[in-house]
Amino acid sequence: MPPSTAPAHPDTPSSALRNAVIRLAGNSQDGIQSIGAFLGQLAGSTAQEVMTYMTIPSTISGGPSIFQVHLGSGDVLHPGDEADTLVAFYQHSYDNHLKTLKDGGICFYDSDQVEEIKEERGIIHIGVPFTTATIEAIGGSAKSRGKNIFVLGLLCAVYQLDRERMTEIIAGKFGKKSEDVLRNAMLAYDAGYAWPVHDIEHMPMAPGENVGDKRLSTDGNTMLSLGLIAGGVRFGAGYPITPWTTIMEFLRSELPKYNGMFIQCEDELAAVSLAIGASYSGHLSITGSSGPGLALKSEAIGYACMAEMPLIVVNIQRGGPSTGLPTSVEQSDLMQAIYGSHGDAPRVVIAPKNVEDCFYTALEACRIAREYSTPVLILSDQAIATRLEAFEEPDLEKHWREPALDLSERGEDFKPYPLDQITKHSPPGARSGVEKYPVVTGLEHDEWGHPSGNPLNHEKMTAKRRDKLRKLAESYAPTEVHGMPSGSLLFVGWGSTYGPIKEATDRMISEGHVVGAVHLRHVHPLPNDLSEVFEKYDHILVPEMNDSGMYGFGQLATLLRAKTCNAGIQSLNKVQGISFRVLEIVAAAEKLIAQK
Amino acid sequence: MSELTSAAPVEKLTKKQLKADHPTWCPACGDFAVLASFFNVVQKLGIPHEKICVVAGIGCSSRFPYFVNAHGIHFIHGRALPLATGISLSRPDLHVFVFGGDGDGFSIGGNHLNHAARKNVNLSYVVMDNFVYGLTKNQTSPTTPLGRKSKTDPRGAIDQPINPMAQLVASGATFIARTHAAQVKHMNEMFERAILHPGFAVVETLSECTMFYPGAFDDGNPRKGGTFDLVDEDTQELDSISAAMDLSQDLSPGKFGVYYETKRPTKNELERAWLSDAQKSVAGKSGQDILRQRFAAMR
Repeated sequence: MPPSTAPAHPDTPSSALRNAVIRLAGNSQDGIQSIGAFLGQLAGSTAQEVMTYMTIPSTISGGPSIFQVHLGSGDVLHPGDEADTLVAFYQHSYDNHLKTLKDGGICFYDSDQVEEIKEERGIIHIGVPFTTATIEAIGGSAKSRGKNIFVLGLLCAVYQLDRERMTEIIAGKFGKKSEDVLRNAMLAYDAGYAWPVHDIEHMPMAPGENVGDKRLSTDGNTMLSLGLIAGGVRFGAGYPITPWTTIMEFLRSELPKYNGMFIQCEDELAAVSLAIGASYSGHLSITGSSGPGLALKSEAIGYACMAEMPLIVVNIQRGGPSTGLPTSVEQSDLMQAIYGSHGDAPRVVIAPKNVEDCFYTALEACRIAREYSTPVLILSDQAIATRLEAFEEPDLEKHWREPALDLSERGEDFKPYPLDQITKHSPPGARSGVEKYPVVTGLEHDEWGHPSGNPLNHEKMTAKRRDKLRKLAESYAPTEVHGMPSGSLLFVGWGSTYGPIKEATDRMISEGHVVGAVHLRHVHPLPNDLSEVFEKYDHILVPEMNDSGMYGFGQLATLLRAKTCNAGIQSLNKVQGISFRVLEIVAAAEKLIAQK
Repeated sequence: MSELTSAAPVEKLTKKQLKADHPTWCPACGDFAVLASFFNVVQKLGIPHEKICVVAGIGCSSRFPYFVNAHGIHFIHGRALPLATGISLSRPDLHVFVFGGDGDGFSIGGNHLNHAARKNVNLSYVVMDNFVYGLTKNQTSPTTPLGRKSKTDPRGAIDQPINPMAQLVASGATFIARTHAAQVKHMNEMFERAILHPGFAVVETLSECTMFYPGAFDDGNPRKGGTFDLVDEDTQELDSISAAMDLSQDLSPGKFGVYYETKRPTKNELERAWLSDAQKSVAGKSGQDILRQRFAAMR
């Protein structure tokens, strides 16, 4: 983490905090996620940066859960290696999470619930009776409801956050429900805000630096859904699976406003089939899932490669294989996304690097699917899907794509599968000027869509389907390097490791290392200029949240070695169901550099 | 998605316009008659050429789209119905026809049959049931009668065959008929009624595999010494589930005709109703403006 000022006794604004990592530990029904969501929304609307991280138990209701919020006045690239402040709701929360608190950090605990305190590492303990104080504030029958809002008030006071704006946000959230609910929330909030915390002084956050009147704060699945809408998707189909489900819930409710439709299906096979049906009909359509569901869709995705149908498939990765760690993060579906079909079935795979990028990745997926008449997989993951970030609102004037159904009459020269051009299908409803209608097919076919077992035709058609993706790779902008353009080590990453890798790079540069970082959105096909970029560094290190496999390399690293034949490519793998900490990446890089 | 009406005048299609590749079916396969019947009915109903959409999965009968000169899509095994559902829901202007066999529809695609039926998706589905896997050359199918020998049941089939009619009734299909490919006039009538039915319409068509299961449907063919008994629509309550279940009890050869017919809102209508309500609620705002409003709520 960048050096934040010492938390104790800041008397002047110059000593105000630039960063604060707050870990809330409780049970999933305590509403700790909403404390995080409120803080996130506040950060977004007060020019601050925010990134959150949460764990959810995969049980039906209840179970230990945490929500970590990293607030910053400047850039916030990761949810925080260690917490500055821990809020513990129960003894088990305290016992399990005290180790995540930094030396000298502050621990607020519910003195109604936590009985045993460990004095260690200079940690400042502040016991506050969250439960009884909330009941007293709201009145008799409140039970434990509302204590999350009490804690929110407490944190706002401690960090001197914008009290007025927070009141507005709470009113916006609860005002829709009923007057009682809003009144109780305000009583709990005010009680928390006013709670005397004698043991420490308040620690004001420095004002945010990301001034802009159109800043949003939301999670990755929401932003991905909105990107799909802006990119022209008007039809989708899916089946519920964590953590993909919130996209289908969102699109099911939202698409009708845009004259579109999202259908819940009986299974994953039906979902991808419905989406291909709508694509065939001339609408850009989407299906999606998480690991196990993607496996079920594989055959139909292979069909879409063969039949050259535009299609968007979202995969929100989680820990695997099989049911695995359904509510934890992992990046182990890369190979499945690229190769998960029988036969040679080339498709495009792109990955967003953070919540904001979900929007732009979705837009690009729409564009590629249309232009290249191919399935495009968007590989997001559980961390990006569920965490909150704040960023500038996208410019719709620039990015909006109004969908259009092309039912123009096709002429004499129309062929569904021309060898010398990229396929552009004629959807049903489009007349044929020569009364010859195409069949779209998964059998190997000639240019007119007739089944063909001709050996040379199969080779030519296989090349046609592959060459269009080579053409796509030729169209990429040159690969951008963050940090030093040449030197001792280059990080290469993809997906949600972006933040920790970037921060590790910045920290190492500030400590005198000559390092750079490349973050790939286009994971398949890979950019053509990677070899040249890699040659400028002594070591290439690929941090990935997947296993090092049989041969010692993660999934992207394996592909990079195959693509560039660069023997300097090494892997840093982590499969704990949690994101990389910055210091883990720095340590691995320093070790590699020291090896020489 | 836009509602469309054909601007071009509807002229009656000729058989020549509708014919495509010569079918690859074996000589005397029952499926030839199904194809001829489809041409007849499409011609009679005056469906605009470009609005015909022929969908199939995998199997002998699922080669159907190649033999019709119309927009067609040949999909993967068992998923023709969900694919057709995507077409039907997103393009209400089209006439969606699904063709397939007993393996495709009742075995690998069995789950989709139940759900397309209960959702009452607007399309016509012809199951060309031959009681055997033909394309893979004589394995037991989900409708193969008990005791019938095949390459996968050399001692005779031991698994209880499914009862397609009872299953369709139980699943909530809104038009269920049964016909025989050797009874052209009756088949024409069933196809026509299925196409005109608003909702999920299935016609189970007994279509003989002359190569691997010759004579399978002789008991329903008077020319081969069988009986072709029709459902008596004067006495049969067409919208009674229990009456349809009673009819479904004996299918060897059983009765031919409409087993069940009822009106229920289609999935297409119900989804469109939501769309039009949503359109009213946004009151003519552009998509961009709706999204901007959404962004504003996220600040």
